Amino acid sequence: MRKLLVVPALISALLAGCGSTPMSSDQAGASVEDRNATTTVQTPPVQTVTPGDGGNASRLAELTNPASPLSKRSVYFDFDSFVLRPEFQPLVEVHARFLLANPDVRMLIQGNADERGSREYNLALGQKRSDALRRGLTLLGVPEDQIESVSLGEEKPRCVDSSEECWAENRRADMLYSGEF
Amino acid sequence: MKHKLFAKTFLLVGCLLASLAAHAQLAIEITGAGANRIPVAIARFDGENALPAAVSDVVRGDLQRSGLFSLIETGPQALGADSIPDLGNFRVRGADAMLVGSVTALDAKRYEVRFRLFDTQRQAELGALALRMSASQHRATGHRVADFVYEKLTGLPGVFSTRIAYVVKSGKRYQLQIADADGENPQTALASREPIISPAWSPDGSKLAYVSFEAKKPVVYIHSLATGLRSVVANFKGSNSAPAWSPDGERLAVVLTKDGQSQLYTVNADGSGVRRIASSSGIDTEPAWSSDGSWIYFTSDRGGSPQLYRVAPDGSNLQRISFSGSYNVTPRPSPDNRSLTFVTRNGGRFQVAVMDLASRQVTILTDTERDESPSFAPNGRMILYATEVGGRGVLAAVSSDGRVKQKLSVQAADVREPAWGPLPR
Repeated sequence: MRKLLVVPALISALLAGCGSTPMSSDQAGASVEDRNATTTVQTPPVQTVTPGDGGNASRLAELTNPASPLSKRSVYFDFDSFVLRPEFQPLVEVHARFLLANPDVRMLIQGNADERGSREYNLALGQKRSDALRRGLTLLGVPEDQIESVSLGEEKPRCVDSSEECWAENRRADMLYSGEF
Repeated sequence: MKHKLFAKTFLLVGCLLASLAAHAQLAIEITGAGANRIPVAIARFDGENALPAAVSDVVRGDLQRSGLFSLIETGPQALGADSIPDLGNFRVRGADAMLVGSVTALDAKRYEVRFRLFDTQRQAELGALALRMSASQHRATGHRVADFVYEKLTGLPGVFSTRIAYVVKSGKRYQLQIADADGENPQTALASREPIISPAWSPDGSKLAYVSFEAKKPVVYIHSLATGLRSVVANFKGSNSAPAWSPDGERLAVVLTKDGQSQLYTVNADGSGVRRIASSSGIDTEPAWSSDGSWIYFTSDRGGSPQLYRVAPDGSNLQRISFSGSYNVTPRPSPDNRSLTFVTRNGGRFQVAVMDLASRQVTILTDTERDESPSFAPNGRMILYATEVGGRGVLAAVSSDGRVKQKLSVQAADVREPAWGPLPR
């Protein structure tokens, strides 16, 4: 994930004076170091896709145009279920076509779970949802290395009430494109 | 207000040195006590008025909060370490044991605290110790005195000098904090706008491993508490979570999704040497190493519902541990490896339970409904966990026999993800 590499670099930059050293490993991301008892993570501002490369800019503008189906990014799941509901298949197809037409664009899928039960188990449940959506896309021909599926578990609820409606809203996977994560 | 503004400025620069504001203090409320509490008389220490706060008050507070002791009134008079208390008199007043002590200035900055513990029935000395400290260490010293009394009277090491880690969420801000076991002296180790979960103490207490979402996905870090230095342990494609230290502190069990579903791996503390230790068609997560290093306990839904399992660290000898109920998660072995605490769904309630590993008998310990993340105190006597009271996250502790119950809350913030640190070395 090319964009993710930017994050630690930005953090290091923001922690100027605190120092940073890269880590040699096959893993993504460099280590972040600072020499104070409290470490503060500065979340970098959302990076915007910069126009200027002609056709690419207008293609990417589609992603946020409310009139375009590509602006719809969420897929919802039933309770204790990790199966893509048929009603979302057209949306998955629209995004698969976009990814196939734009092989330089990457997607991060974030799975979510409702708040009941163990946080780590819910993280794994959210992963099952993001994996289901990733499979829906790769079955349509999107290359594996164009997509990363991860989980936010119950940590980033869109809705925070303890109600069935709210929990349903949180059983969700979201599609983010390069520049949005 | 000035202090707040000052802290904010530091945040913007990106290097926060300041410790926490006082309002984030954990407040402890005791809601139960042991059946047979040991009556003990803790006299005022001679000369302790010279300190910012009395050492004997810290000792009394610690012993009382443990739920295992009742305090016998000793009156306002200080009894020095060399005094001969009227043990018969304190025996008549109900005390089984009596502590006396002295605080003596060694120079302008250093003090010596000497104390002596007596058995009032046998009229015999149980032990004595001298500790040296600066005036600002009066609380830490009081905890060490309380540890001494606790161990002499119960046979188990005291945990008053240990620390706890937990995550405070206030608004959209997440702070990984470390506090003394009594909630005092909270320090922020990490502040972030993205969630932090699953803190895990290294066996020597010098580092925490945890999961941070600052990269828009879960990544496992190790954080050195003395220096604030961080390093990435696991940042593979997909999710990286649930760190658990091996007893020698050299490896961690982690959950990775790089090869498909959430699966168990071990990895060296420097991020090298990743090895898969189990594979299932379902979810494997929440690993925890037994203190003797022979097992890794974990949660798996390979049998259809989340249940407790264990496997040898080399991947051999996989066994299912829990068989009743449809939701048993977060297994955490006791320091003596004889029992397991975990969270079970009981009707609609999520409650902390304990299982005797020899008999497999399960006892539910709590009367709360949204329990998560249990962890044993290093002496195995208490279990710290997170729960919800009035819609707000609080920490709670329950004794492993279910009798003593405590609640620890922070004003106007959610507290979650507690982890009890090891005994100081």
